[in-house]
Amino acid sequence: MFWVNFKRVIRSGFVSFWRNSFVSLSSVLVMLVTLFVIGSILFTDVVLNYTLDQVKDKVDVNVYFITGANESDILSVKKSIEGLPEVKNVDYISSDESLKEFRDKHQNDQLTLQALDELGTNPLGAVLNVKAKDPTQYEGIAKFLENKSLLSDNGASIIDRVNYYQNKVAIDRLSEIIDSSQTLGLLITIILIIISIIITFNTIRLVIFVSREEISVMRLVGASNLYIRSPFVVSGVMYGLISAIICLIIFYPLTYWLRDISVSFFGGLDLFNYYVGHLGQFFMIIVGSGAILGGISSYLAVRRYLKI
Amino acid sequence: MIHFDKVSKIYSEDSVALKEISFSVAPKEFVSIVGHSGAGKTTLIKMLLAEERPTDGFVFFESVNVHKLKKGEMNNLRRRIGTVFQDFRLLPNKTAYENIAFAMEAAGRTDEEISADVPHVLELVDLGNKMWSFPHELSGGEKQRVAIARAIVNQPDVVIADEPTGNLDPLNTRDVVQILKKINDLGTTVILTTHNKGVIDSLGKRVITLDHGKIVRDDKEGKYVL
Repeated sequence: MFWVNFKRVIRSGFVSFWRNSFVSLSSVLVMLVTLFVIGSILFTDVVLNYTLDQVKDKVDVNVYFITGANESDILSVKKSIEGLPEVKNVDYISSDESLKEFRDKHQNDQLTLQALDELGTNPLGAVLNVKAKDPTQYEGIAKFLENKSLLSDNGASIIDRVNYYQNKVAIDRLSEIIDSSQTLGLLITIILIIISIIITFNTIRLVIFVSREEISVMRLVGASNLYIRSPFVVSGVMYGLISAIICLIIFYPLTYWLRDISVSFFGGLDLFNYYVGHLGQFFMIIVGSGAILGGISSYLAVRRYLKI
Repeated sequence: MIHFDKVSKIYSEDSVALKEISFSVAPKEFVSIVGHSGAGKTTLIKMLLAEERPTDGFVFFESVNVHKLKKGEMNNLRRRIGTVFQDFRLLPNKTAYENIAFAMEAAGRTDEEISADVPHVLELVDLGNKMWSFPHELSGGEKQRVAIARAIVNQPDVVIADEPTGNLDPLNTRDVVQILKKINDLGTTVILTTHNKGVIDSLGKRVITLDHGKIVRDDKEGKYVL
């Protein structure tokens, strides 16, 4: 009997969806707006994270070594820094490379280059360029380096200076901005999702309200609550599924249209490629949200009219 | 079969729908309940269908207090009572066939039983040719006959008809009353509420008269005295 009832409920949900075409269309349109908002939130999240990653990537700390430091000592320091869990990567720039970079940088400044030539030796030491996984972790790395300087070759420190303290204010400020952006983004996401859910729930509640007499008749002929409720839930899930599929289709040309803008504005982020590459995830999230929203909204909305 | 024991329904001090109503209905009996609008006829029917709870007193269906039933048992009770209303209460997006089939599905009947019984019962109410019509495509009389077909398709013990002729012309009124009489002749208990004197006079059956929530007359043979 379970399968007979299951078949009847599914059929009834489909038939009701098509016969109440105007109501179904209205519900699908409202849910489409809801799912479009959810999809847009996903894209906004991608853009925000991409931009923040770009900004984070521009933050680094340089460790300057004294000119006479042994390369093996520097590489030993490099290895110990790389061992820190908060470090993303460490680049070694030898004193020769430092000199070359300096010359390139000042190639139009003949006075400086002449002064450099007159010195006869390389006044620049080697540099380790350290990138942390998160900007808030630079302070810990800097403190580690302060202690590390004691481990130098002959008791004297081979580390000349760490530029963290010069850049501390800027790094801290940037960390605050990144944290605030992420918190604000999360807050806006939650608010928009709640608004979307409320709009969907109220729309479906209105649809069920129109059917309240129908529900009371079903009760009076002795139909069980489950048998009354299920076709409405099936219709609700259908509203969600159809809206989700339309939404996914709309995002295809939309992201294609936005791809050039996103690449130039967000430093290489191709929204269209991202969408196509993550279509499976978008499908799961949007179709899942649609079906769950539609189903649960219908379930809750019908409950009210089952209390005779 | 049905017994009302000192049933009262009081909404507020100024609004007393029923006051200590007591009566019994025997199996296969045809009982008409008459009274002016607001006399308490519909409230009484709602009590029997457990749509409303009494403020005081008890309503029994075959010795079972209907207001003590659990949800599942309540659904079983409702399947044993066929109901017909003044406003037909058909499911608007289902055809005549589907409206009747729904009552059978709710009662757990098989697809084979449904496809055999629904056309048969529609023939009984003379609507064999309107099987696939939606309620909005039917006249008032036809809608009421579909409602009657839905009420009797599960072969209930009781058919309750609450003002079934209220929205019908005299010709359809006569048809509906004839069908109800036929149902009763075949052994089903019928409870009819109406304020149509012509209907009561033509029936010649037991009449309970309500006035301001109280039973003022209980006549064995049809009399409409108000």
